[in-house]
Amino acid sequence: MAKTTSVLGRSEARSGLMLISPTALYAVLLLAAPLGTVVLYSLLTGGRGVITWDFTLANYIEVWTGPVYRAIMLRSLLVALSVTVVTVAIAYPIAYFVSFHVQPSKKSLWLFLITIPFWTSYLIRVFLWKVILGYNGVINSGLLGIGIIDEPLTWINYNVGALVVTLAHAYAPFAILPIFVALEKIDRSLLEAGQDLGESRLRTFWRVTLPLSMGGVIAATLIVFIPTIGDYVTPDLIGGGKLPMIANLMEVQMLKINNKPLGSAIAVSAMVIVAILSVAFVMVNRRFLGPAK
Amino acid sequence: MKARGLRAYAIGYLIFLYAPIVLLPIFAFNDSRIIAFPLSGFTTNWFTEMWADRQLWQALRNSLVISGSTAVIATVLGVFGARASTRYSFPGKGGLVGLIMLPLVLPEMIVAMSLLVVLLAISVPLSIFTVILGHVLITTPFAVAILSSAFQSLDKSLEEAAYDLGEGPVSTFRLIILPLVAPGIISSLLICFTISLDEFIIAYFLAGADTVLSSYIYGQFRFPAKVPAMLALGTILVLVSVILLSIAEFFRRRGIAKTGGKDTGGFL
Repeated sequence: MAKTTSVLGRSEARSGLMLISPTALYAVLLLAAPLGTVVLYSLLTGGRGVITWDFTLANYIEVWTGPVYRAIMLRSLLVALSVTVVTVAIAYPIAYFVSFHVQPSKKSLWLFLITIPFWTSYLIRVFLWKVILGYNGVINSGLLGIGIIDEPLTWINYNVGALVVTLAHAYAPFAILPIFVALEKIDRSLLEAGQDLGESRLRTFWRVTLPLSMGGVIAATLIVFIPTIGDYVTPDLIGGGKLPMIANLMEVQMLKINNKPLGSAIAVSAMVIVAILSVAFVMVNRRFLGPAK
Repeated sequence: MKARGLRAYAIGYLIFLYAPIVLLPIFAFNDSRIIAFPLSGFTTNWFTEMWADRQLWQALRNSLVISGSTAVIATVLGVFGARASTRYSFPGKGGLVGLIMLPLVLPEMIVAMSLLVVLLAISVPLSIFTVILGHVLITTPFAVAILSSAFQSLDKSLEEAAYDLGEGPVSTFRLIILPLVAPGIISSLLICFTISLDEFIIAYFLAGADTVLSSYIYGQFRFPAKVPAMLALGTILVLVSVILLSIAEFFRRRGIAKTGGKDTGGFL
């Protein structure tokens, strides 16, 4: 009997590996190999369109100390972190509302309503914000028309704030869904227990609901943070090219200036920043939940 | 009291979500090249202009080829990945599945640039084919995720029953498993298609001289005179994606009803 199990076990491992091999091979060839190439490039010496096989850390030193690169990376971080905080903070009450105050039969309708805008062309949504916030845009022309303002507002366009609003809108549904899933999993009897033991609603929320939904909040944070820090379209359209972020910098180095090693060093640095912050978010979550979990 | 406040907030939030999209049809039918208030009159000229745009049709054809191929290839790869990860345990499973799912947590620009660097290094000409390569890579994780939940809800005893009745692994898969996960396959096809159609960064950098719908729209935004026609196009795209999503949702629900129904039926 034991022998049959082990034979079966081995064949199961083989079938599993065979079954996953097309998908895994694809990922190895088109993802792992290219990422490896970028890491390799980042350690080589580059100039305009030429790459020489001299291993060096010069690209990284330039990326991490050059004032232009540093300013762009800090701007990307600032924008991505602001977007994440804003998006998650405004998404939480919605997820809470749908999970706790909407009848079960109507929940999927609400989720459907929330996700529809996310499935409409991302480019067009970003462009619409340019149209809304622009100097001669919808808000300015509307307010001028009603007579509330005498000249177009300038503090709503071509700045980091406009980037944040646009991206917060673009990624809103991403934040709601994971928080909603986490809230749905909470055993409702725990909340009743809290209140039976004399806690107020607010304290029950603070001590039971919020900690139990932190997993969803962290997932939402990552889902919003990772694509926003690498966003290419918004800085270009909303920032008018004057507020470049990491992705725009990568494009310039990789293609326009054609210094692939330096561009690769930027890409690897961006990946490292994303990885470090992701781990940090998860660690914060562990602290928040305490050693009991 | 608290619930009412939350409801008002939720409605306000939906308004924030939909406000930009509501502007699409308003300005797509507005008789002015300038996108600003006050509105000047009703026109369908922008739809006519968009409809007559030959380059747009070419870009759309390219996009449909890319999205169609991507949806099929990613879903096939997704079936392999999801079946392997839900049904079997094997060494290195975590690492391999992690690698397959990695594009979900990588900024798209990094995926695009690393692919581009390799394609240029081995001098593969950029075309819609290279865009398909990139799109399959980023949509496969979605296919795996959707199909995993379809495979997970399968009752293993159905499969064992088929083996007991003398069917082989391949015919069991074809006759029992495939029909049960068919709704998952359809929603995976639709989701991958929609993601690929909407994707911009990979399509922009890997298409070479070919234009696809998203990069064409992006190019047109540089010319203010072309913007109203693009808003007309946007209006149509919104309608199309709402219809596609409704179909996907319908199949997903039917899938749940189907597997659930079969389960109780089996016990009866």
